[in-house]
Amino acid sequence: MSIPILTLLVLVPLVGATVASFLAKSNELLVKNVALVSSIATGLLSVWMLIKFPTGSAGFEFVSKYSWVSEWGISWHLGVDGISLFLVVLTGILFPLVIAGIDPHHDHKQYLVWMLVLEAGVMGSFLSLDLFLFFVFFEIVLVPMYFLIGNWGYDQRVYAATKFFIYTMAGSAFMLVGIVATAFLARRDIGHLSFDLIEIAEKSNFSSSTGRWLFVGFVIAFAVKVPLFPLHTWLPDAHTQAPTGGSVILAGVLLKMGTYGMLRFGVYLFPEAAVWAKPVLLTLAVIGIIYGAIAATMQKDLKRLVAYSSVAHLGFIVLGTFALTNQAITGGVMQMVNHGISTGALFLMVGMIYERRHTRVIAELKGIQAVAPIFAGFFMLVMLSSIGLPGLNGFVGEFLILIGSFSTARWWVVAATTGVILAALYLLWAYQRVFHGEPDEANKSFAEITKREAMLLSVFVAAIVFTGVYPKPMLNRIEPSVKSLLEHVESRSNYKQPEIKAGE
Amino acid sequence: MMLAANMFVGPEIDWFKISPLLVMLGGVLLLILGGSLTPQWKKGAYGLVGALTAVGAAVSTALLWRDLGESSPSTLLANALTFSKFTMFATFSIAIATLLAILVTSGFLVRENEDGPEIFALILCAAIGGMVMVQANDLIVMFLGLETLSLAFYLLTASSRSRSASGEAGLKYFVLGGFASAFFLYGVALVFGATGSTNIDAIAASLSKDMVLGGSSAMLLAGIALLLVGFGFKVSLVPFHTWTADVYQGAPTPITALMGSVGKTAAFVALLRVFTDALSSRSDDWRPVVFVLAVLTLVVGSVLAVVQTDVKRMLAYSSISHAGFILVGLVAAGHSASADAGLGTSGTLSYLFIYSILVIGTLGIVSVVAGKGDNETSLSAFKGLGKSNPVLAMGMTVLLLAQAGVPLTSGFIAKFGIIRAAVSTESYTLAVVAMLAAVIAAFLYLRIMVSMWLSEGTNSRDISVALSTRLAIGLCVGATVLIGFFPSLLLQFTNQL
Repeated sequence: MSIPILTLLVLVPLVGATVASFLAKSNELLVKNVALVSSIATGLLSVWMLIKFPTGSAGFEFVSKYSWVSEWGISWHLGVDGISLFLVVLTGILFPLVIAGIDPHHDHKQYLVWMLVLEAGVMGSFLSLDLFLFFVFFEIVLVPMYFLIGNWGYDQRVYAATKFFIYTMAGSAFMLVGIVATAFLARRDIGHLSFDLIEIAEKSNFSSSTGRWLFVGFVIAFAVKVPLFPLHTWLPDAHTQAPTGGSVILAGVLLKMGTYGMLRFGVYLFPEAAVWAKPVLLTLAVIGIIYGAIAATMQKDLKRLVAYSSVAHLGFIVLGTFALTNQAITGGVMQMVNHGISTGALFLMVGMIYERRHTRVIAELKGIQAVAPIFAGFFMLVMLSSIGLPGLNGFVGEFLILIGSFSTARWWVVAATTGVILAALYLLWAYQRVFHGEPDEANKSFAEITKREAMLLSVFVAAIVFTGVYPKPMLNRIEPSVKSLLEHVESRSNYKQPEIKAGE
Repeated sequence: MMLAANMFVGPEIDWFKISPLLVMLGGVLLLILGGSLTPQWKKGAYGLVGALTAVGAAVSTALLWRDLGESSPSTLLANALTFSKFTMFATFSIAIATLLAILVTSGFLVRENEDGPEIFALILCAAIGGMVMVQANDLIVMFLGLETLSLAFYLLTASSRSRSASGEAGLKYFVLGGFASAFFLYGVALVFGATGSTNIDAIAASLSKDMVLGGSSAMLLAGIALLLVGFGFKVSLVPFHTWTADVYQGAPTPITALMGSVGKTAAFVALLRVFTDALSSRSDDWRPVVFVLAVLTLVVGSVLAVVQTDVKRMLAYSSISHAGFILVGLVAAGHSASADAGLGTSGTLSYLFIYSILVIGTLGIVSVVAGKGDNETSLSAFKGLGKSNPVLAMGMTVLLLAQAGVPLTSGFIAKFGIIRAAVSTESYTLAVVAMLAAVIAAFLYLRIMVSMWLSEGTNSRDISVALSTRLAIGLCVGATVLIGFFPSLLLQFTNQL
């Protein structure tokens, strides 16, 4: 038997958290080292998995399956395919960076323990192939995030943390009922009660009205998590109030649990319903894109601006997902990773600005480029990637989404494209106000980037440039899974992808 | 004279099968007689005897469970008691809850300088009443159990000599509880009038024979309604819940824990027995009513819980919300036409078992934080507990998250079991309402957590935890996490119900 690498991906951070929680609070260095070692080990494991992942495989790899709650037909079933592959790697790399690069202001030990628990939860969500198991991970993530926001956040942290918890939990309430109902209704087709994702997706045969109800139950939970307009109101608060590390993780991987869930548990489980719900979800996605962009333009707080830009970017991903073409979904998956990198880096830099100036209000920042040119350079590059400049990663995903959706969702794409322009508007305008001009008294002493910060950001920039220039290795691994997902959709509904051979 | 004496033939008694009751009774006698005939025992000795008694009852129940094997349910003492896996599991639940509650009480009484045999004897009496209720195969026997339980509770509620709120709560509980018992008894009488028996099996047989004749008689329906009102008071369903908050707040904290665990388990299991065994053929008559009660209880309990400022009152309302959740299981168990009705029964019993542990652990911590005098139960008393006493705060957090139904805790397994039962009988609406009510209630648990972890501490009181209380809280938290990670530990038993 080979090493159950996916199980390790979940367990290593958990073990790290357990060990760290038994260490003395005063011994900060040791606690930090334990956290670093376990998160770096997880990161290396995820990279090793990426290397070992057979390019061109469409199915689930490295599957590990053990019985867990046999009485209820629930198993510990993990697997990774092209859709989840890069999200797992992103999680594996982002966490050690955040742990190494950003120190909390107090209670190091607790902070690191929660971070590691969070990592285990996120990993589990991306790897689960059992509905029950997925729910467990999806929901358990709330607890560490709640404490991270509530304990280490800014002024309104308690309000933001509570709002985040209650909103997400309310969404999950529908999904839990949906999950149980799915398992029970699929029992007829399968022959026994099972929560196994693959078994249910391949063997079940829901009537279209049943499938639609179940789909709605799942999608509500994911729509809150994404967040999809109009369920997004928790996000600006949570993002703004969270500590920098929390924001980076929240934007980088947590939101992706929603869009990933839509693909894996929405489209895959209920193909017919996904086709049926397409117009509504596309419309909400496009509203999110435009609304998020306009709201971002109006923000006075730099962090809130980035938060609203997330709403817009995630709208693009949902658009790509429900356009239901190979290119659009591939672009969507790609964009999940890209957004994690770019927005993660943006939050990181907003955090750095706050550290130096103790304010995030755009009007109070001015002329930083003059005193901290290297920092400004980093910011510029990341921002351009977020806007979607060709040659950087953001462009690849966004372009694939737009071109792939054009054939099946033409007018939505037309509307969404204005979002691209608006993105350029609000980000460039913000850049202009914060970085250009002559620095006033307060900004004169803005410190240049430190070596540690530069090293941290270099990792992000390297990923941004590499994927932007040479996205092929990534696309080659994502596409087969997307293709097989769409074949599954086509065989289960009367939906047919339009035959357009573009760029192939 | 001789002739008359010979004519009375006592029922055959299988002593071993009623050993849980006998062990408990032995403990009561030992405490009352031994306690009153000897000088004051060493600190905590009374509690130790009580705890050992509960352990004995739990062990004998476990032995009986093992002997049960695959055998079908039988009756004891001339049809008075039922002997089955169902009743044995419920008895075991009560024994465990009694044990944990006694451990908390022992530490509490020593702290308050009120250590003595009476409280423990009364707790064991309440447990006997509860065990009789869950095992009863006859409504009159059930009433005996109910009264034994209730009378013990009235006294226990009023048992704190230093707090006037305790006496007031005891009186309130007594008056309203008396009404509830009267409702119950009247219901029994009407059901007897309609069916000619008070025996649960006989009622079921009589009712299923009448099925052909169509609708139920008014007398039977009135009887069912009165039974439901009586039970509604005991398990505090909305709109019969008004006493709960006052009594929970007024009673000494460990006694509140006992009410929330033993009291709730006994009353709910009895309710389940009466409605799904005796009245199962009339489930079309009572299920809609119970459905409405469940929705009301869930929503009102959760919403009112959120606006409280006293932790004991919060937990009182949250217990109402939990009662609504359990009622969802009853609706599913009453779906006798479905092959999955059994899921409702097992889901309800798992929930009761898990909830008992949670509520004792939570209130155990509350009793510790309340300090000497048992007065500091407001939300602000918990401020800064995370800093001053992180282990205790962590335990409380686990228990609260479990009550909120967060995965990897036993509370999630409990909720999942109920949702599973509801969904399997196609009560989707009820399942969604229950889950949303749980979300509202989650806000309340978050409030306590915010107070513990995220507020600056205002009072740095020294909190000392007695060894027995520490043991009880540790057991509760341990079980919560263990069942959360390995649900099979519990499910392998409840699945057989």
